[in-house]
Amino acid sequence: MEGVDTIFCYPGGATLNITDALYHSDIHQIVVRHEQAAVHAADGYSRASGRVGVSLVTSGPGATNTVTGIATAYMDSIPIVIFSCQVNTMLIGNDAFQEADIVGITRPCTKHNYLVKDVKDLARIIKEAFFIARSGRPGPVLVDIPKDVSAASCDFKYPDKIFLRSYQPTYVGHAGQIKRLLKTIAVSKRPVLYTGGGIISSGASQELLKFAEKLSIPVTNTLMGLGGFPGNHPLFLGMLGMHGNYAANMAITESDLIIAIGSRFDDRATGKVDEFAPRAKIVHIDIDPTSISKNIKVDIPVVGDSKNVLKKMLEMLDDNKEDFENFQQNITDWVQTVNHWKNNYPLTYTKNGTLKPQYVIERIYELTKGNAIISTEVGQNQMWAAQFFKFLKPRTILTSGGLGTMGYGFPASIGAQVAFPKSLVIDIAGDGSIQMNIQELATAVQYNLPVKIVILNNRFLGMVRQWQELFYEKRYTWTHMNHAPDFVKLAEAYGAAGYRITEEKDVDDVLHEAFNNNKTTIVDVHVNPEECVYPMVPAGAPLKDMLLV
Amino acid sequence: MRHIISVLVENEFGVLSRIAGLFSGRGFNIESLCVAEGIDPTISTMTIVTTGNEAILEQILKQLNKLINVIKVTDFKEMDYVSREMILVKLHTDEKTRAEILRMAEIFRGKIIDVSPKTYTLLVTGDEEKLKAFLALVKPIGIKELVRTGPIAIARGEKTIKPKEIQNKGGEADG
Repeated sequence: MEGVDTIFCYPGGATLNITDALYHSDIHQIVVRHEQAAVHAADGYSRASGRVGVSLVTSGPGATNTVTGIATAYMDSIPIVIFSCQVNTMLIGNDAFQEADIVGITRPCTKHNYLVKDVKDLARIIKEAFFIARSGRPGPVLVDIPKDVSAASCDFKYPDKIFLRSYQPTYVGHAGQIKRLLKTIAVSKRPVLYTGGGIISSGASQELLKFAEKLSIPVTNTLMGLGGFPGNHPLFLGMLGMHGNYAANMAITESDLIIAIGSRFDDRATGKVDEFAPRAKIVHIDIDPTSISKNIKVDIPVVGDSKNVLKKMLEMLDDNKEDFENFQQNITDWVQTVNHWKNNYPLTYTKNGTLKPQYVIERIYELTKGNAIISTEVGQNQMWAAQFFKFLKPRTILTSGGLGTMGYGFPASIGAQVAFPKSLVIDIAGDGSIQMNIQELATAVQYNLPVKIVILNNRFLGMVRQWQELFYEKRYTWTHMNHAPDFVKLAEAYGAAGYRITEEKDVDDVLHEAFNNNKTTIVDVHVNPEECVYPMVPAGAPLKDMLLV
Repeated sequence: MRHIISVLVENEFGVLSRIAGLFSGRGFNIESLCVAEGIDPTISTMTIVTTGNEAILEQILKQLNKLINVIKVTDFKEMDYVSREMILVKLHTDEKTRAEILRMAEIFRGKIIDVSPKTYTLLVTGDEEKLKAFLALVKPIGIKELVRTGPIAIARGEKTIKPKEIQNKGGEADG
C-alpha cells in the first residue's frame, strides 16, 4: 500500500497484537535498543532514501522515548510515521500501567497526529498519515493505536484515494510572482543563491545546478542544504552561518539580491537578523508559507515546491533571454570579488604536528572521494564534517540541523545502512555524542550493518567548551569528559571492530582498513583536545563579524 | 493591535488543544476564544481575539492555516463585520437599588434572568464598548459575579465565511 519495506521497532505489552501479526511478515523489522534510536533510524532511512521512514513502539515509556526523535525530524522536515501503541480505549485517562498521553505530548512536534478510536478508521488514518508525512513540507506523523483497537477486526479496505479539505499544500508557484522574481534577478548585480533542505526534500538539485550554471550565480547552502549543490563546484561558496565559510558570509553581507530557496532563515544561518544581508532584496521560494517573512522580511515571496518553481524559472529564463542579455557582464565584478574571498580566505586550520580533527575529515573525504553517506552527531564534529567534507550529492549528509540532537548520528546511520546495505555509511561523532546512543552498537552488530563510527575524541564536549574558552574565560564547567570508556574495548564487547588512532601518520591506513572490513566499526581518533571550530560568528553578531583561525 | 479572527476547523476531538497549543507554544496572545459548531455539524467555528503587530498577526494566520485540521482562517480586519459578546452579571440588590437596576437593564436592553432576595442576575449583549459602559454604570451598585463570552463576529451584508470551494487536487493522495 505504502511500500514500506522496513520498520524500526521495539516491543512492549501494548504492541503484542501487532508484533504477533508481523510474525510471518516480509517487512524487515529492525529491533533497536532504545525507542529514541528507532525514530532516529527511521529518520536516517528517510533522509538517505527519500522514502517515508517508519517506526513502531509500545505505550507509555516506549512512546515518550520517541519524543526527541520526533522533534528532531519535525525541525528538519523529515517524513516519518511513528506508530505508538496505547492502552485499551476504556483505560485511556485512568493513569493505567504504561499509559502516556502521547498524542498530547507530541502535538507540538508532529506535523499531525492521530489517536485511533475505532479499527474501522485505521486504514484511512494510515493512508492519511503517510500522505501528510510526505506531502507539502514533509514531517513526522504519529498514529496512536490502543490495544483493543489492534485486537479488533474489520473488513480491510485500504482507500485508493483520500481527500482532506483542510490540507492542500501549494506546489505550483504563482506565475506572476516568478516573473517578478526573474525580472529582479535580471537587474541584480550581486546575486547569491541561498538554498536549504527544501532542495533535498523536493529533489531539486539538478534544477538548482542548471539554474546556477546558466546565470553563473554563486551558491551557498545551509547545513540542511548541503549536498543539494555539488560541494566541489566552482560556484559553490560553502555553508553560511555561525560556522560558515568566509566567502559565503561575506557574499550574503555584500549581496544586493538573496535568492533563498527551500530554506527558512534559521538563526544559526542568519546571525543577527537586523544586519542580515543589509544591502539586499530578498526573494524567497518555499513550500511553507509560515517560513516566509518569519525571521527576515521578504520582498518577493513565492509559495511553492522548490523543484516545481525552479523548473518554471528555467522555462521562463529561456522565454525571456533578452532580459538577461547583459546579466553575465553586470555580475562580472561580483563573481571576481566572491572568488577573491574564496581564494584568499578558504577554510583552514593550524597544522602544528598534533592530530587535528579537520585533517581526519579531509582524509575521510579523500579516501572515499566523497562517495559515502555521512551522518553526524552534534557539536564540533558536526561542524567540521559540514565544513571539510565536500558533499557532492543530495541525501549524503544526515545531520540534526534544527533541533541539534546529540546521539542522532549513529542510529541515523543504522537507518541509512538498512536503506543502502552496500553503501559506505560513516557516522562522524564526538566522544560525548556517541555515548548518547551507544547502546545501538548491539543493533548494528545484530543486523550485520557495517556502519563506521569515527569518533573525534577530544575528551571534551567540544562545542560548549569552545564557548567557555571564548566567552567564559576558560571555565570548563561540566564539559571535561575525563571518564570516557575505552571505545576500542567497548566496540569489541559488542562484537564490533575497534581501532584507535593517536597520530596523524596512522590516519590513512587505519581508516582504509576500517572502511573495508565489512563490520560495524568504531575508530577512536584521539584529536587535539582544545581545537576550535572556525570561522565563528558569535551568537547575536552579524555574519560579517567572523572570528577566523 | 487587536484582531478578531474566525477559524473554521474540523469538528473533532483534540482540535481546540491544537489551536490553544499553537498560541501558547509560539507565544501568541489569546484574549478570548469562543467555539461551537455551525450549520454543518462537521465544522466548528472558533472566534479568537488576539493582539500583535502586523508581522505577528501574519504568523498567527499562517500558522493556524498550517494546522491540518484547520479549514479556513479569516481576519475580520479585511471586511466590515458586526461582533457581539454576552455577559451574565450578578448584582447585589436591596429595596433601594432594584428599580435602578431595572431601569439600567431596560436602557441597555438587558434581561433579568434570575432573581433572589439579595441578587439580580442580568443578561446583556452588545459590542465591547456598550458592555464596558454598562459595567461602569452598575459597578457602584455592587457586582457580585461576572462571566462573559468574548466576542463572536460575522461579516456584514451578503458575505459569508465558508470553507473554500473544494478543489479536487492537491489534497488527494496518489494510488
